[in-house]
Amino acid sequence: MHRRILAVLGVLFATFVALVAMASPAAAEGQAVGGKLENRVEGVKTPVAGVEIAVVGDGFQGTATSDADGVWRVELPALGNYDVTINVETLPEGVALTEEDKVTIEQVPVKPPLFGGLKTVTFPLGQSTATTTSLWEQTAQLTVSGLQFGLLIALGALGLSIIYGTTGLVNFAHGEIITFGALATWTLNAGFGLPFIVAAIGGLLLSAAFGWLNNAALWRPLRKRGTGLIAMMIVSIGLAIFLRNLYQFFAGAEKKSYTEFAGMAGLSLGPVSITPTDIAVIIISLVALIATVLVLSKSRLGKATRAVSDNPSLAAGAGINVERVITFVWVIGAALAGLGGILLGFTQQVSFQMGFQILLLVFAAVTLGGLGTISGAIFGSLVVGLFIQLTTLIIPTELKNVGALLVLIIILLVRPYGLLGRRERVG
Amino acid sequence: MDWSYILAVMVTSAFGLQAIVFGLAAIGINIQFGYTGLLNFGQAAFMAVGGYSVAVVVVEFGWSFWVGVPIGIIAAILLALLLGIPTLRLRADYLAIVTIAAAEIIRLILRSVTFKELFGGSDGRQAFADGFFALSPYPDDAAISIGPAVINDQQLWTYTVGWLLVALALLITWLLVRSPWGRVVKGIREDEDAVRSLGKNVFAYKMQALVLGGVFGALAGFITAIGAQNVNPDVFKTDATFFAYAILILGGAARVFGPLLGTIIFWAVFQGTDVFLREGIDAGLPIISLMDGTQAAVLRVMLVGLGIMLLMIYRPQGILGDRRELALDAR
Repeated sequence: MHRRILAVLGVLFATFVALVAMASPAAAEGQAVGGKLENRVEGVKTPVAGVEIAVVGDGFQGTATSDADGVWRVELPALGNYDVTINVETLPEGVALTEEDKVTIEQVPVKPPLFGGLKTVTFPLGQSTATTTSLWEQTAQLTVSGLQFGLLIALGALGLSIIYGTTGLVNFAHGEIITFGALATWTLNAGFGLPFIVAAIGGLLLSAAFGWLNNAALWRPLRKRGTGLIAMMIVSIGLAIFLRNLYQFFAGAEKKSYTEFAGMAGLSLGPVSITPTDIAVIIISLVALIATVLVLSKSRLGKATRAVSDNPSLAAGAGINVERVITFVWVIGAALAGLGGILLGFTQQVSFQMGFQILLLVFAAVTLGGLGTISGAIFGSLVVGLFIQLTTLIIPTELKNVGALLVLIIILLVRPYGLLGRRERVG
Repeated sequence: MDWSYILAVMVTSAFGLQAIVFGLAAIGINIQFGYTGLLNFGQAAFMAVGGYSVAVVVVEFGWSFWVGVPIGIIAAILLALLLGIPTLRLRADYLAIVTIAAAEIIRLILRSVTFKELFGGSDGRQAFADGFFALSPYPDDAAISIGPAVINDQQLWTYTVGWLLVALALLITWLLVRSPWGRVVKGIREDEDAVRSLGKNVFAYKMQALVLGGVFGALAGFITAIGAQNVNPDVFKTDATFFAYAILILGGAARVFGPLLGTIIFWAVFQGTDVFLREGIDAGLPIISLMDGTQAAVLRVMLVGLGIMLLMIYRPQGILGDRRELALDAR
């Protein structure tokens, strides 16, 4: 089973790298904010010229007009945060903002250049009437975004699943570990001014440490006391409520962005438009998932983990240090969840409840694939991610999560052990 | 720091609208979780079904408020059947996941633009309870003042009916749990297989408990809709379910009066903390005045989470409970 899921992930990875190699990125230099205005119609981009853009912040005011290539650029006197506004009235006939709330992009942070200088700001432009992209193009675009979302869910689901497998705990606070990764990274990045890559590595390590702390300070003592699984589940709900509000207490309710890589221009891969950050998100999550599956299936500790999942007493009898395995699982699981949160911070911004909002989809994925199985968690996540995005072809976007959760209930009705789970009594 | 004001808020909250609503919801969860061992994490959905039934029936269809009540109860029963059929044969955690998912599904549908015509989107529905207030026996100028808080005739009528419903729900619980039915469901909580081997239809008993608890949840939905003269999807977030769990565990699960005691103490402390913190911020108390009003509101929810954890770890039987009876390792 592992071999098959590894093969699936590997093929995804190879396809993706090949596709990305065909695309061509571009970069610029300087202490400036700028971008390229492009009208996207049916996947074809045409530059939009003569549009006014105003940049305001820290007592500075500057404007620019997009040139024949749609490029605009405002030189800045100092680093800091700037509000960037597009003058909608200067847009040519038939071109409009596709997201109405993006007239002003507030508090765009301009930091010392580290990855190639120019701070890009993108305004989503498209046809003013309803989009007329073909069904095939929509499907292709949604498939890619569905795969991306599925991989992010998988990062959460894999951790949840192996923790469940080894300890029996259904951890409702797993979403808060996802949030922790994103918030820790954001704090290091925007708060301490570290470059994003450094902040992300810091956030990942902190997430792993947070998982260790969760286990060492709370769950291990509870296991030692012989607390029941249901009681632990309710404790995890208390922990989730506590952490979520703790995050809000310190970080506030507003959504935040990392200081780099936000709002990059998209690249065209055949019918699909994809930003470099999206590509990075997909590649990083694929690598992380493949590495984890390899560790779990090949290494001694990984084999011990699966032995404990199968039968803890028997594993202990065979000389496996069960507590050590559980610590390992918590660290790995939390690191994966934290990574999921860090990457999710790109696609949905960072907020105190981002993990909570994705948690039910993670549960859906884990249940769909079969509670406690490794390959099931990944498989279920990809199915849920694709399902959520592709169903928006038929149902309104605001109800896409409803569809996924309904499928969860229907699956439980026909295959309660999940799509890949072993057929066994779960009642 | 006006202590008499804080005290007045605590007293009015202890017996106010929220105490009634969450008391009823917790009584429902007590039957499901406390006595039968079913983890219904979607009580908010049952409350939403109740609240929206009376609201939509009046606002959209122009029918009487009293038509909405049986519709709400029937809808709650149907929802319980719908959730129970796939999950009650499975392990406890499956019911937990499915009920919490169902509650989210219902909330997302209620707040969606697609169904705005019917449910009013994120604004919800207002002004539908005239039929309820028309039956009020209190004169229009009736009012009770407790310290600085004044309760008007409409609130008085809502509270009267609300507490009568709480009393009725407690009476039903008390009668049921000392009946043979109660002994069977407690047996299911302790050892499902043992009960099954005695020839009892475990599935049917679980379903009855789920339905009954869900109907109590719908009653809670009626009262919150009437009392606020408003239903909107954000009232029925998952936090509502877990507040009810906090109340039940605080008062004592598997005890008839556990939810009652829990809701009174919970709301007195919860709202008391709120005004205390706000007063403290205004008075410039050390440490407290470092927060702003939003943080104070967040802090008390944080404390609810901490409270759930500490109670479950150190005193899972709550105030009234008996640890020997309730190992709380339900299935």
